[in-house]
Amino acid sequence: MSVAVGGALREAAPGRGAPRGARYFVRRFAQNRLATAGFVMFLVIVGLAVSAPWVAPVSPIKTDFTAYLQPSSMRHLFGTDELGRDVLSRVIFGARASLEAGIVSVAFAVAVGLPLGLAAGYYRGHLGDVLMRLTDAMLAFPPLILALAVAAVLGPGLGHAIIAIAVVLAPVFMRLTRAEVLQQREREYVEAVRAIGAWDRRIIWRHLLPNSLAPIVVQGSLNIAGAIITEATLSFLGLGTQPPTPSWGSMLNAAQQYLTQAPWLAFWPGIAIALTVFALNVAGDGLREIWDPRTR
Amino acid sequence: MIPVLFLVSVIIFALINLIPGDAARLFLGEEAPPEAVAALRHELGLDRPVYVQYLRWIGGMLHGDFGYSFKDHRPVLATVVEKIPVTGELTVASLLVGWAIAIPAGVIAAWRQRTVADYGASSAALAGLSIPNFWLGIMLIYLFAVHLRWLPASGWAPLTKDAVRNLRALIMPACVLGLALAAVVMRQLRSSMIEVLSADFVRTAKAKGLEGRVVVVRHALRNAVIPVITVMGIQMGTLLGGAVITETIFAVPGLGQLAVNSIYGRDYPMLEGVVLFSALAILLINLLVDIVYSLIDPRIKLAGGRS
Repeated sequence: MSVAVGGALREAAPGRGAPRGARYFVRRFAQNRLATAGFVMFLVIVGLAVSAPWVAPVSPIKTDFTAYLQPSSMRHLFGTDELGRDVLSRVIFGARASLEAGIVSVAFAVAVGLPLGLAAGYYRGHLGDVLMRLTDAMLAFPPLILALAVAAVLGPGLGHAIIAIAVVLAPVFMRLTRAEVLQQREREYVEAVRAIGAWDRRIIWRHLLPNSLAPIVVQGSLNIAGAIITEATLSFLGLGTQPPTPSWGSMLNAAQQYLTQAPWLAFWPGIAIALTVFALNVAGDGLREIWDPRTR
Repeated sequence: MIPVLFLVSVIIFALINLIPGDAARLFLGEEAPPEAVAALRHELGLDRPVYVQYLRWIGGMLHGDFGYSFKDHRPVLATVVEKIPVTGELTVASLLVGWAIAIPAGVIAAWRQRTVADYGASSAALAGLSIPNFWLGIMLIYLFAVHLRWLPASGWAPLTKDAVRNLRALIMPACVLGLALAAVVMRQLRSSMIEVLSADFVRTAKAKGLEGRVVVVRHALRNAVIPVITVMGIQMGTLLGGAVITETIFAVPGLGQLAVNSIYGRDYPMLEGVVLFSALAILLINLLVDIVYSLIDPRIKLAGGRS
């Protein structure tokens, strides 16, 4: 694909490989109202998580035994839990664990999977083969079961849950990066760069990486959503965030016992997870529509 | 498949050996005398080099010896085999629920693209992807078991013993897993149907005067279903993982519940067995998917026909 494509043509066929400026990208994304709404929603949730100490009405771990299992009221908008803690505050603070798990685990997975994928795609041969077989084996495990097993071996805790999720996701990013690099390395521009005498390192980092990034970013945004669900699942099973730190998954776990007396305990954390994941899924879909012409 | 199997076994072996502490100590308990622990260590071969342990472990499995549970000291294989029909039944039921929703929804959304029906189905699918299955499970329990009292929240009975009770206990877990699956399948089916509907042969079929419904179902759907099968193969892993959650919530005595209980009970040989079995199941399903491809699409040959 030629590098010097005119603006009009670019508009008509915004396929992968075409040059895409930041401004063009922002305009395309903004045209998709649902995706923009999702992105804004995600920013709001991140903002709430960061400013939780100032936004939350009371401390999420302050117990009040005179007001336990109370339904929604003006004082406690989302009611209180079995220890009299304010559910609204806990849901707001719970966003921290979820977002941390989602973002950090995907960052770890990319940090491991991306370089390995670049290497396996660029230097084919034995190293690449061995790495691919290894990812085949990792991907043969049902993702949640592998995450559970790793988390079980490491022991409970948010940090361990994050590692477990990253272990599951790293091969996904490695495969994806490798597939992209395999496509890109046959392109003419790579040949041209090699012809003028660029080193492998320069070809990989300055040319192959930027041109392979789009699907990785899309996958990353969708995987943050998946990682948030996985963290909530691990916490739900008692392997993620530990009490008294609030997390949506562990709140749901505790809520199960009080389902008959206090169903609101189970309602709000679930809504919080669903909204966050929905926002990320919608935004990720929007990104994919811009970068992958096949999905339109 | 053989090298992948080998690596799968290495990963599980490495994982279990990363566990801090001593298997013999865990097996016998904290109060056991040191001599007994040492004797068991020798019996289990834990005093041998790691590669010998691995070979003994893998050799045992080839003879059907998957080790013994720390908890009830029963063979792991027997317990796992006992649980397979339960999770199998749940998986089949969720597949049926998923397809029953996803196939009509995906076909209509693609056929009537950019209409209310399409937007409705697509948004529902997006929402379905975003709702965590354990939350959906809890909400269904609240609605149908606590509030309306239509269905039991737990109380599994084997299909052969008490079919009515079995099916009543099956409805909610199958719906939880099936709805999540339906969302994924519907989205894939919709996008591949849209692609196929703009193909030349569909236009030909329309041009020769076939009724719209016949074109959509007999010509388009058949061709659109191949990428959907790929997604189904991938989703089987998610389904098995989801079984862990739904079986725990609804107290279904299957492989998923076994996995969670062995984690809680630190029953590592059992966990090892469940994890290994789940990976084996996924590999077998992928093989099956490849075979199904060649049955549906004569253009795909099984051996070396694909590039």
